[in-house]
Amino acid sequence: MVILKKLGQLAVTVILVTLFASLLLELLPGDPVEVLIPSGSDEQRADLREELQLDQSFAVRYSTWLGNFAQGDLGNYYTVSSDRPVSDRLWDSLPVSLLLMFYAQVLALLIAIPVGVITAYRKGTWFDRMSNTSAFAMLAIPNFALGFVLQYYLGVKLGWFKTSGYAAPSDSFVEHMQFMILPTITLAVGQVAIYMRLLRTDMIATLQQDFILMAKAKGLKSKRILFRHALRPSSLTLLTVAGLNVGTLIGGALIVEVVFALPGMGLMLFEAIGKRQIVAFQSMVAVIAILYILVNFAVDLLYTVLDPRIRHAHKS
Amino acid sequence: MHTSRDTSITQLDPNILPTIEAIEAPSSGRHGGDKLGTAGWISIGWIGGLALLAVLAPVLPIPDPNESFPEIARMGPTSGHILGGDAIGRDMLSRIIWGARASFIVGFGAVAFGLVLGGILGLITGFFRGRVDSIITPLMNVLLAIPQFVLALSLVTVLASGEGVDATRRLAVVVLGLGVVSIPLLGRITRANTLAWSEREFVLASRAMGAKNWRIMMREVLPNVVPAMLSIALLGVGIAIVAEGGLSLFGVGVQLPTPSWGNMIAEGRDQMRRAPHIVIFTSIVLFLTVMALNYLGDAVSRRFGVRESVL
Repeated sequence: MVILKKLGQLAVTVILVTLFASLLLELLPGDPVEVLIPSGSDEQRADLREELQLDQSFAVRYSTWLGNFAQGDLGNYYTVSSDRPVSDRLWDSLPVSLLLMFYAQVLALLIAIPVGVITAYRKGTWFDRMSNTSAFAMLAIPNFALGFVLQYYLGVKLGWFKTSGYAAPSDSFVEHMQFMILPTITLAVGQVAIYMRLLRTDMIATLQQDFILMAKAKGLKSKRILFRHALRPSSLTLLTVAGLNVGTLIGGALIVEVVFALPGMGLMLFEAIGKRQIVAFQSMVAVIAILYILVNFAVDLLYTVLDPRIRHAHKS
Repeated sequence: MHTSRDTSITQLDPNILPTIEAIEAPSSGRHGGDKLGTAGWISIGWIGGLALLAVLAPVLPIPDPNESFPEIARMGPTSGHILGGDAIGRDMLSRIIWGARASFIVGFGAVAFGLVLGGILGLITGFFRGRVDSIITPLMNVLLAIPQFVLALSLVTVLASGEGVDATRRLAVVVLGLGVVSIPLLGRITRANTLAWSEREFVLASRAMGAKNWRIMMREVLPNVVPAMLSIALLGVGIAIVAEGGLSLFGVGVQLPTPSWGNMIAEGRDQMRRAPHIVIFTSIVLFLTVMALNYLGDAVSRRFGVRESVL
């Protein structure tokens, strides 16, 4: 029952989000055809007007658009010479963005978990204060500024990593990582700060609980207590925040892709905006928004499965 | 903390939000008091000083931000131009000061927009609940179902893409776009706090004395909700200023040649190899500003004891 209700909400949200995306063309001041193919001939303009159903009502346009979208037809890049379907490129760029976000998330957790646990355990020491101060600074660094600086100092000056472009992991994994490492670091920095501070606060509360005292009394080693006993309840908090963070992560990934010329969704959006391909832009916004909704849905389900309190509450 | 998870999917958990995490100050355990402290005064001084420079920019003894001095093109700090020149020899100090104007207009303007609309909606839905709440809150949640930057980018792109969009209109569109994004965020904070404060005894007392809803809302509830709104708003200003930089990177930020910190960094990227100081100086100013705003946001929530659970 709970699942059904959630699926219903999911469907409604997806519909509303696609409605928003298809409203974008309506919000465009002036004639969309003029924006899409400013140098097209009268005949081409008339054709495009026909294809986009500009003479029809919004309801008709939206339902056609939604129908096409659901079947994987995301519209075209319109040029005077030829029209290329958006979906062709989407399937190449979506994985790049997803990989970038995945790497950044993994890197952020790899750094934030040990640091968060240690600072909670050693509250008030110089290491705690230092990492808190750096977390505070990390939250204030604009990701594009960090990207440009890393690109210049680590990429250009020291020549350690590649600064722009991409190689698929299937071609050469080593080369792939060379391209991905700077974007990953850039995207991970803000996330590290968020997770670290969250975990520290959460763990400080957990460490005051009786079961930790019990574990200490049994003579367990601190390391085992910290990472086995105390970390476990915090994993749910981490998951919640990771889910909520996906929106920020997506926005960040789009920006970082433009900085490092990674051919993901961000670069696609960038090109679509530059060439005023609003129809393509619309579809990409819808894809990103749906992706975001699905991730949140997945996190929510995962949460229900992982947390015994919710799991049992639903059964009873 | 991990027990309070809202079980509905599409609506994000009102208790925890990435940006709001910043509220919890790194030093909350150590300070905890009412005093603003040295760092707080430095933050106020930095923001206030920049705001003053931005306002006074036309009368300050600095070159015009768009005047080009070819001899200092791509040069670092030299005499007469303490921050050097940009790609075509425009004075960097002047552009950073004039850039503060645009960046502050965007940051404070967008948040003020969100604060007024989000604040009103949040106050009304939290106070009256019932039908009003069940109509407005889901609408706000739809805005939250699109990643914030993507929402801002979409609005700004379409509203600024038509013909005859001049620099002023572009600036207004950027403020509007980022403002719309901040409505649900500020609205939710206000609503959650209003819900909590409306339950208090003094509200009941006021009602018992015959006060009208409007008066209770404005005189009893709002003053208590303001600290939480202000605290989030300060973080929001920093986020909006940085977001303008993101928009600039996509070519839809404040329109050149009018400088904003965001479009200066976006424009300066091409000069990274020959004149990294353009991006670096501007980034440092941007970074310090965001840090000062975050610090002040933290300070407000600490001073007024804004509980994270209500956020």
